[in-house]
Amino acid sequence: MQADWPILSVLIWLPIAAGILLLLHGERSAAPARWLALVASLATFLVSLILWRDFDRTIAAMQFVEREPWIGAFNTWYHLGVDGISMPLIVLTAFITPLVVIAGWTVIEKRPAQYLAAFLILEGLMIGVFAALDAMLFYVLWEAMLIPMFVIIGVWGGARRVYATLKFFLYTFLGSVLMLVALIYLYLEGGSYAIADMQAMPLPLTAQVLVFLAFLVAFAVKVPMWPVHTWLPDAHVEAPTGGSVILAAIMLKMGGYGFLRFSLPIAPDASRELDWLVIALSLIAVVYIGFVALVQQDMKKLIAYSSIAHMGFVTLGAFAAFQIFANTGSLQGAAMGLDGAMVQMVSHGLVSGALFFCIGVLYDRMHSRQISDYGGVINTMPVFGAFMVLFAMANAGLPGTSGFVGEFLVILASYRANFWYAFLAATTLVLGAAYTLWLVKRVVFGPVGNEHVAALEDLNRREFLVLGVLAVAVLALGLWPAPLLDVMRPTIEQLVQQMMVTKI
Amino acid sequence: MTPASITRLDLLLAAPEIFLLAAACLILLVDLFLEDDRRAVTFILSLVALAGTAWITTLTGVEVRTVGWHGTYVADPVGSLLKVVAYGAVAVAFLYSFGYLQVRRLLKGEFFVLGLFALLGIMVLISANSLVTLYLGVELLALSLYALVAFNRESAVSAEAAIKYFVLGSIASGALLYGMSMVYGVTGSLELGRIGEAVGVLGPNHIGLLFGLAFIIVGVAFKFGAVPFHMWVPDVYHGAPTAVTLFLSSAPKLASFALAFRLLAEGLGGLHDGWQDMLIVVALLSMVVGNVVAIAQTNIKRMLAYSTISHVGFILMGILAGTSEGYQAALYYTITYVIMAVGGFGMIILLSRAGFEADRLEDFKGLNARSPWFAAVMLMLMFSMAGVPPFVGFWAKLAVIQAALNVGLLWLAVAAVMLSVIGAYYYLRVVKLMYFDEPVERAALEGSRSFRLVLSANGLAVLLLGMYPGLLLAVCARVLP
Repeated sequence: MQADWPILSVLIWLPIAAGILLLLHGERSAAPARWLALVASLATFLVSLILWRDFDRTIAAMQFVEREPWIGAFNTWYHLGVDGISMPLIVLTAFITPLVVIAGWTVIEKRPAQYLAAFLILEGLMIGVFAALDAMLFYVLWEAMLIPMFVIIGVWGGARRVYATLKFFLYTFLGSVLMLVALIYLYLEGGSYAIADMQAMPLPLTAQVLVFLAFLVAFAVKVPMWPVHTWLPDAHVEAPTGGSVILAAIMLKMGGYGFLRFSLPIAPDASRELDWLVIALSLIAVVYIGFVALVQQDMKKLIAYSSIAHMGFVTLGAFAAFQIFANTGSLQGAAMGLDGAMVQMVSHGLVSGALFFCIGVLYDRMHSRQISDYGGVINTMPVFGAFMVLFAMANAGLPGTSGFVGEFLVILASYRANFWYAFLAATTLVLGAAYTLWLVKRVVFGPVGNEHVAALEDLNRREFLVLGVLAVAVLALGLWPAPLLDVMRPTIEQLVQQMMVTKI
Repeated sequence: MTPASITRLDLLLAAPEIFLLAAACLILLVDLFLEDDRRAVTFILSLVALAGTAWITTLTGVEVRTVGWHGTYVADPVGSLLKVVAYGAVAVAFLYSFGYLQVRRLLKGEFFVLGLFALLGIMVLISANSLVTLYLGVELLALSLYALVAFNRESAVSAEAAIKYFVLGSIASGALLYGMSMVYGVTGSLELGRIGEAVGVLGPNHIGLLFGLAFIIVGVAFKFGAVPFHMWVPDVYHGAPTAVTLFLSSAPKLASFALAFRLLAEGLGGLHDGWQDMLIVVALLSMVVGNVVAIAQTNIKRMLAYSTISHVGFILMGILAGTSEGYQAALYYTITYVIMAVGGFGMIILLSRAGFEADRLEDFKGLNARSPWFAAVMLMLMFSMAGVPPFVGFWAKLAVIQAALNVGLLWLAVAAVMLSVIGAYYYLRVVKLMYFDEPVERAALEGSRSFRLVLSANGLAVLLLGMYPGLLLAVCARVLP
């Protein structure tokens, strides 16, 4: 069913308009600003639920399409639409943002209106990135997104925030300008910035390889993949809690989304030729970064490294498809890897977001992220401890949680591609369990570490609400992933077909 | 009718210039009889003169290229567009400067008169169809600017900057004139159209033409402030009073574009292979030097000077493509650059007050705490200059890169985007100072209401033109088919 009103435009512009209102309101009084932000983000979430409800699960075509001329000179259109890949990510974005608003309710004392405005504008831009069907519109939103995040880390971040935010901006900017050159090249070849036209356009292998490499740099920085991941731990550590949550839950997904929307369908032959490269980088991320996570002393850094390892599953699942198809000749089999990649993205959005919220809860009380400053938190914060353990289990991929579904699907799929891929990927079950459980052991369990921990107070209602909602989502997706898989199925099947047909 | 007669058409074509010349002379006379505290009259008369010139330009504007004054003068849509933008830039520069000059006791009628004469030079340059007219425009503009840079007689720095500008500018004018004389000697004509025909006959490898071309490129590159002829830019930008720097960085850039377009595209288009290679070197060096050296600056006027150099590299990249798409892109880039530059220097003027020049980077510290709105304006300007969407600077870079890619200069496009990443760093540093640092001082911002209003509109224009770039792009495409 198609809505007869521009639902995607509402999703993009409602939060942005609210953000501008907040900026105009200024810092006169915090309470109305907070309520305005909450109402706007909840309204956006409700609209995204309509999107979820009215989405036609039987077709692969773009839905809720809007198309208006934008820039005649470049043949660029304001062209929006969603399919089974982008729709869940939009809902995820709209789901996480109200939680960020609530989590920062009383914590942010410095310029709360600007803080909330930055997040709302960011939300609109991120939804726009997922909904854009015009490559230039996509690029504009993709880059514009950096501005609010740059400000969020820089203004409300920790001690080394300036270094971290500059590194974040310049890294991602460097990655994306190459994508810009590739997009212009595709436009000059095909005469259109429509992503669908770029996907349909035949392209010789050399050009495909160059385009693929340009995309790879842009998306690998964003995911991030080893070895261009070094901005992420810095950004995460210095960002305020809300910034870390958005960064981990949504922004990293854009790299994965870019691979699915651009790299694979626009340059399928180059993707097949170079799949070893992406798979190798993914496996390095899974194994090596897993070990790196093990030795971290800073909780946020540990979760940041674990994010890199988990995002390795996304790229592994996406690019294993070629070898699965070569080995088995089954499109269904190839689709499994992509299914796993998508589920892993959504699940990681929930789990890593929740873990950053947990660390935020501790940080607000103790103003420390060092693992050694904690110990025995469960004695003074039993409810919090329960949540933390749940999310840690989900991070380690325990069956019954959302973390399990994605990892399981990807490992299963990569086994069909090559035994050793599966073997290396499966080490994450050990490594992931090791670093998360060890973190939990040192922070949550054991005797009370020091008098600061002894003085801790358990969750207040606001924090309970945030973590409770996330816990429900993590368990629901883990126990019953079918609705999500159903939504994605037609689109992923179509994507796999596109990938397996040569474009030369 | 004798060959030297002047027709009505001639007068009509040059009506804006004639009006402005008359108006500037009149203002000079009126200003003689004004007391120092009534200089506002000169200011208002100058704005009226600009408005009148704009009105006449739109009234007498031509749809098709029309040549008059015995082939020395041309009126065409691209000229009209450049002129109208130049009026706007000069008017905004006057507006921003008024308060600045007033509190420094620099408010002399000569500032406006020299500005108007500089504008006249720009207009002559834009409409030039012969080497002599071109040179006339260049010199009228340059002489006015030399005087403007030295405008603050008390300041040794300004005097030094003016002398430097004058000496180097004269050498460049000499080089330009020498190149022109070579071209004249080989082709036997001063008229750009005839030169173009002669070049077509002589072929692109004529040694005399290439010799002259090299000197012409030197002159053009100097007027643009492109590397390696950029040495004057930082010193002059730094030394001149900020109001003059503002003026210098705006309308004259349109003149430089016109100079390059008329000479290289219309006159020497047949030598495209020759000047493309030369401009590639100049453009690349400008982007490298501009972006890298800007990082080391602590004075924001110097930083913006180096940023100008890098923007010039981008403009040249559009011109060197040699296609109408490339000229459109370069024109678009020039216009958007002018909008951003007047905004940037306008912000410096806004932060300055009596006895205090806000020309160090530190002076922007904590601006967000002092004035969230003007911090946002500066943020938009900086991100726009860095080429980050959705601001207009991004589309300018996109258009230029697209033009370069379309003629197969992939490596140059990649180098340009890489260098723009380096450039992003120093623009981000300004944002960092405004938003992440605490203010050193908390004095309220000065500036009249009209100044604030125009500056706000200037910042918003950067955003709105970026959200809806089609309009200006379409205009550029229409005047340069």
